Amino acid sequence: MDGLGILRGLWTTFKHFIDTYLEDITYRGKRYYTPEGIQRRSSSKGRGIFTVQYPEEKLPVPEEFRFIPILVYEEGPNGEKKQRCTSCGICAKVCPPQCIWIVRSNDPITGRPIPSPAQFYIDIDICMNCGLCAEFCPFDAIKMDHDYEIATTNRYKHNIYNIDKLSRPVSYYAKIRPKNYDHEEAIRAEKTSRKAGSSEAAG
Amino acid sequence: MTDSIGTEQTTDLAALYPKWAVIDDRTGYQGYLVQPSNLILFATAVRDDLGYDYLSSVTGVDYLPDGKMEVVYHVYKTIGGLPVVFKVQVPREQAVVPSLVSVYPGADFQEREAWDLLGIRFDAHPDLRRILLWEGFAGHPLRKDWHEPYYEEEGKPFKSRWPNGQVFRSEDKNSFQDNVQYPKGFSPEDWIPEAETALYGGIHKVQKANESSLKTDQMIVNFGPQHPSTHGVFRMAALLEGETIVDLKPVMGYLHRNHEKIGERNTYIQNIPFTDRLDYISSMSNNFGYVLAVEKLMGIKPPERADYLRVMMAELTRINSHIMTTGFLLNDLGAFFTPALYALEERELILDIFEAVAGSRMMCNYYRFGGVARDITDDVFKKVDELVNDRLPRKIDEFDAFLTGSEIVKTRCEGIGVLSAEQAVAYSTGGPILRASGIPYDVRRAEPYSIYDRFDFDVIMGSHGDVYDRYLIRIEEMRQSVRILKQVVKDFPQGPIFNGKPQYQVRVPAGEAYGRVEGPKGELGYYIVSNGKPNPWRYHVRAPSFINLTSLAKMCIGGKIADVVVILGSIDIVLGEVDR
Amino acid sequence: MEEDINKSGIEFSPELQGRIAVTSIDRIYNWSRRNSIWPMMFGLACCAIEMICTAASRYDFSRFGMEVMRPSPRQADLMLVSGTVTKKMVPQIVRLYNQMAEPKYVIAMGSCASGGGPFKEGYNVVSGIDRFLPVDVYIPGCPPTPQALLNGLITLQKLIDRESISKTRWYSKAPSEPIPVPVLGPDLMDPRKYALIMEQTHKPEDETSSDTGAVA
Repeated sequence: MDGLGILRGLWTTFKHFIDTYLEDITYRGKRYYTPEGIQRRSSSKGRGIFTVQYPEEKLPVPEEFRFIPILVYEEGPNGEKKQRCTSCGICAKVCPPQCIWIVRSNDPITGRPIPSPAQFYIDIDICMNCGLCAEFCPFDAIKMDHDYEIATTNRYKHNIYNIDKLSRPVSYYAKIRPKNYDHEEAIRAEKTSRKAGSSEAAG
Repeated sequence: MTDSIGTEQTTDLAALYPKWAVIDDRTGYQGYLVQPSNLILFATAVRDDLGYDYLSSVTGVDYLPDGKMEVVYHVYKTIGGLPVVFKVQVPREQAVVPSLVSVYPGADFQEREAWDLLGIRFDAHPDLRRILLWEGFAGHPLRKDWHEPYYEEEGKPFKSRWPNGQVFRSEDKNSFQDNVQYPKGFSPEDWIPEAETALYGGIHKVQKANESSLKTDQMIVNFGPQHPSTHGVFRMAALLEGETIVDLKPVMGYLHRNHEKIGERNTYIQNIPFTDRLDYISSMSNNFGYVLAVEKLMGIKPPERADYLRVMMAELTRINSHIMTTGFLLNDLGAFFTPALYALEERELILDIFEAVAGSRMMCNYYRFGGVARDITDDVFKKVDELVNDRLPRKIDEFDAFLTGSEIVKTRCEGIGVLSAEQAVAYSTGGPILRASGIPYDVRRAEPYSIYDRFDFDVIMGSHGDVYDRYLIRIEEMRQSVRILKQVVKDFPQGPIFNGKPQYQVRVPAGEAYGRVEGPKGELGYYIVSNGKPNPWRYHVRAPSFINLTSLAKMCIGGKIADVVVILGSIDIVLGEVDR
Repeated sequence: MEEDINKSGIEFSPELQGRIAVTSIDRIYNWSRRNSIWPMMFGLACCAIEMICTAASRYDFSRFGMEVMRPSPRQADLMLVSGTVTKKMVPQIVRLYNQMAEPKYVIAMGSCASGGGPFKEGYNVVSGIDRFLPVDVYIPGCPPTPQALLNGLITLQKLIDRESISKTRWYSKAPSEPIPVPVLGPDLMDPRKYALIMEQTHKPEDETSSDTGAVA
């Protein structure tokens, strides 16, 4: 019969329509605005309507998600900040559009470089969110952030980030990337224990 | 076909044609050097006597220290196998090369690009105009002595960033506050814009004997660059007789982002995120092709788990791209947005996996030289398993049932945009277009790369060469991708994903390499010339969408305006690739 | 947000509470405009795909009133410049902006439209669309995820909330000047800068303006 193909198409659309209401009835009230509801709607078993209602429901980003870089600092007991960055410059060398500018600081007396950045700039109007800086940093100092809500109305005032705007404490980093943090801490602990063992054997 | 074809060495052409070809004996190079005067004879002999009927890539290289310009040709057989590479060298100042359009019509756009960006003139080319830049642009940008307005140094990393990196915006250092430069003594008031006389003059008006008393005329209409149904900023100038197309010329370059010039300034690893932005819908495939080309030069191979991950991501990307193309083809037909919404729903689930593994939905930056960047965790692997074994087959079948039998789709797509097999090969088309016309050429079978020779899958072929065949091929290819994915998920090995420690400065020996993969749009190839330094000497992308557009005019002439939109949708272009 | 319309600070008696709403013209005018912004269907590059995903069913932006995406500039309120702005395309973009009817807004989506992006050093790339058009909101990212784009649209809505009829430029006495369309010469030429170009290219030989070194 002519037109059967069209009718079959319309039946598929109708099924999608009904599915939403069936899901609503099955999950009565828990389908929206709850984390399990969002999970269910984004899984391969989801049926019916698929919308994640931003800003009331935010789809959680996975751990590996990368947006703008941040600099991680260790928090001292008195609230002092110790930057992990040693201004080695590898991130500036590996950045594809060259959007990282680092000013290495020099010891005022001897004039030799000290491993700490005097200033650190990232122009986020050039950054391509590739994550190569975070991947090749040998000191785990620069990492990729998850925060994507950074729209502004004036880019000349806001869009070049200096070291203060980029710095975040280690606790923040551990919160957004727990698995990576645990992995790196394990490597660090192993290195220090190996060094302690070898210095004991030597001394 | 389950066995791969022809990986044997080709015959020695220098022995076969001693008067025309000489072996190229520079270290790391392959192929033959041909004199410009013998080029057409040599190419005709290679095509007719030896059966190399498919011209894959034509590109130019600027060897400034030697004072030469070189044009490199790669030709293949459509039954598969290794290429024949031949080159022509001409002096830089007077670069004139005979055009191969009479032998391989697919060389058309690529020769225009070499003229535009490198200044190599092609004798007897039917329409030698600039293709990516506009007429009147000063200079040929890809030449080594041409510097862009924001030029800092020959190669990255730039010294101004560290150790004394005082931040600046590049436009603040330019006297015009923007990325522009003008020749000395130029006066803007006296400049008369060219008004595209060459473009409109090239469109052929057809003189028809007018039988009826009604006086008719033919009209030029521009589709785009901003138009709801083009797939990006693409423009077509069409000559219309009523609603019928008499002639059509595509105009591109509205998204020319200087990928190749930037690629020459980047180091090898810095190029990987830039390749993501070529065919921005399927970024994993682009990474794959580039990484294969550089690994050929470096002579390394990834570990097994990395190979499986690469194939998994490449096939997921293929499904991603095909389902989106099908949804948007239906959009072009007028089914405003319902099939596209269903397609985007599946695409979102696959993008979730990319986000969990690589870190970003679209610009994945996942492959590295000798492996991949990150490993896959068990819960993400479970998600892939569920998708591949349960959801995707079900949804592809639903898509098929929903659309394939629909009478509207059939009437509007069957018999539209027909391209015969000889035309498809002559115009160097690739991917679903070539296969729809009856040539079963798939790079995964013709010249297997990575571990594709282990998997069991079919190459889908059509016989009519019309839009409906291409649509059916894409649906079937999605099913074959699911088949490959099921095998990958079943045999997934344990092990490292990278041999050794990841380096940010890789050592690439001097030489040239051409690495190609079967992307969703066709054959995506990367031609890289290295001189041992950290930055490539020449970096060229053989973009399938760009070369598939050579056949657009042929397919559209004689059809109606509404069909042009559908044919463009079936060619499946992505402007990031077309314009690079 | 709808409740804010009714907070005028005027006291009135309890029996009229649920029946009368007192607001200012500004507030109701802004409220109605921010909830029905119609974007123009205008995607240039990769960010356009994220815009399409935002318009699709997962991050539906018709929940914000942006249901209708019109390809014609006459019927649109918002130009979402999504993707790299190249010199060849800029004359078309400026023409389209001039054709849009006021009130009109521009959002620069992605790092390419904001400031040139990763392709800034290329010879065919303009360093941000704000070289030519007045931009209201910049959304950084490459590409910004759909949720980031929705955040940017909410920022635009907040911006519209703060406007006032007496001060917006399209209700001022003088007519709005269209932006002059750039010309494609040996390089892109902005008509507002012709005097500057003449001065730079006719400088004496000891001062170097940027020379092309072209071999044409």
